[in-house]
Amino acid sequence: MDVHYVAPKTLDEAVRAFAAAAGTGRILAGGTDLLVQMRNGVVSPGTIVDIKKIGELTTIEETKEGGFRIGAAVSGAVLREHPKIRKVWPGVVEATNLIGSTQVQGRATPGGNLCNGSPAGDSVPAMVAAGAIVTIQGPNGRRELPVEKVPKGPGRLNLEPGEIVVSFTLPSRPKGSSDAYLRMIPRTEMDIAVVGCGVSLTIDNGTCTAARVGLGAVAPTVLLVEEAARALIGSKLDDAALAKAAAACSAACCPIDDKRGTIAYRTKVAGVLLKRTALIAAERAGGK
Amino acid sequence: MAKLHVSTTINGEPQEFLCDADQSMLDVLRGPLGLTGAKEGCGTGDCGACTITLNGRIVCSCLMLAAEAEGQKIGTIEGMAGEDLHPLQQKFLESAALQCGICTPGVLMAARALLEKNPDPTEHEVRFWLAGNLCRCTGYDKIIRAVMETAAEMRAAR
Ligand SMILES: Cc1cc2nc3c(=O)[nH]c(=O)nc-3n(C[C@H](O)[C@H](O)[C@H](O)COP(=O)(O)OP(=O)(O)OC[C@H]3O[C@@H](n4cnc5c(N)ncnc54)[C@H](O)[C@@H]3O)c2cc1C
Ligand code: FES
Ligand code: FES
Repeated sequence: MDVHYVAPKTLDEAVRAFAAAAGTGRILAGGTDLLVQMRNGVVSPGTIVDIKKIGELTTIEETKEGGFRIGAAVSGAVLREHPKIRKVWPGVVEATNLIGSTQVQGRATPGGNLCNGSPAGDSVPAMVAAGAIVTIQGPNGRRELPVEKVPKGPGRLNLEPGEIVVSFTLPSRPKGSSDAYLRMIPRTEMDIAVVGCGVSLTIDNGTCTAARVGLGAVAPTVLLVEEAARALIGSKLDDAALAKAAAACSAACCPIDDKRGTIAYRTKVAGVLLKRTALIAAERAGGK
Repeated sequence: MAKLHVSTTINGEPQEFLCDADQSMLDVLRGPLGLTGAKEGCGTGDCGACTITLNGRIVCSCLMLAAEAEGQKIGTIEGMAGEDLHPLQQKFLESAALQCGICTPGVLMAARALLEKNPDPTEHEVRFWLAGNLCRCTGYDKIIRAVMETAAEMRAAR
């Protein structure tokens, strides 16, 4: 089959090219999933639409509201080098920087991590905890979705044909807020999460006043665990509150059994990670 | 089908080539361009033997389309030595930080990028930075030591 490569300079052109290619089009961001899949014969695109020439997709900016808009095709390395984001959202930055090696970091993007649709994508639980809003553009215009609503199942997304993820918007947040991400892997680098946990919270006078929890690799999609957040909010992150939140995380799990971890193991580790991640986020927030 | 025409810069020299839309940069380097320094260890981003620089950042050339090189700056191991070998290359030879040598071009490209960014890395930083460069022969210790020693010598020379 004939393969075409296009690298449009505007989003409109990209949407048009992607839509015109119908089912055979593939978006290319960093290519660290796509090229592996092409090589393995899992996908064979007719048209490859490279989105890295589009300004809105490759830049980071502060929003009027005091948050950040991160282009979907910004690489992990560029995200880490941003002078402000790593201070306000250290969890989002550390999660994105767990993806692969230095070489992979120079290419891999949060948009690709989300759109690849793996329940174990490392940046996704951190984005869910951060309350990121995803901007999507397609043939019918622009819309927004909370990041946790984008995945539908392993490799499947709630995107319409021709839709492209444009950016992630992180909200502004009060003083005393921070976030963290931890994953459990059997080695120290270059592996797929057995469980990943992102926590974002606000601490006011020692009390947790806001929290969000994202869990990865324990269900067909990354989960927003509202029960766990409720257990943290209003507490001083004491042992009882942490135990309750950990139990909520374990209860939310419906993982697979595979060579990386059994169901029982993943379920237990989800709770352990919640406690550790929440304490790191709280310490960063200056509250504990 | 019609080939794509790509104009790029490789090791500071303008370069043009033809490629297929789904051909990797590694394929074009090793094939039509005859730059066989970058090696294919895995083809899936795991081993780092194919490491090149794209606008100064290290990437796996097996995970980059050749078409993406249009208008960009590519650096390969062939451009590492000037009149003399780069201090890292010299040190790898002297301290036998290689055996079969398949991983070496990638390791050198990655190590140079690290020292440009961070002239005084800790051993821990070197190990993490090079985590995407697999070596089946040396057991890594000689590689890490060679990078640490080169870093110290380059700092002393400045
Ligand atoms: C050696 C190696 C190690 C890895 N380690 C990890 C790891 O530790 N953790 C982890 O989570 N992942 C890991 N990965 C997987 C991969 O690097 C990540 O999922 C990465 O974030 C993908 O981003 P990308 O920009 O390279 O995506 P691409 O490969 O460009 O795209 C991935 C998919 O998403 C689609 N897509 C991309 N961008 C958009 C968009 N804006 N809108 C719509 N669709 C889009 C593409 O069409 C494709 O189907 C690893 C990969 C390799 C090769
Ligand atoms: S050949 Fe590219 S990383 Fe192994
Ligand atoms: S020297 Fe043989 S792989 Fe490293």
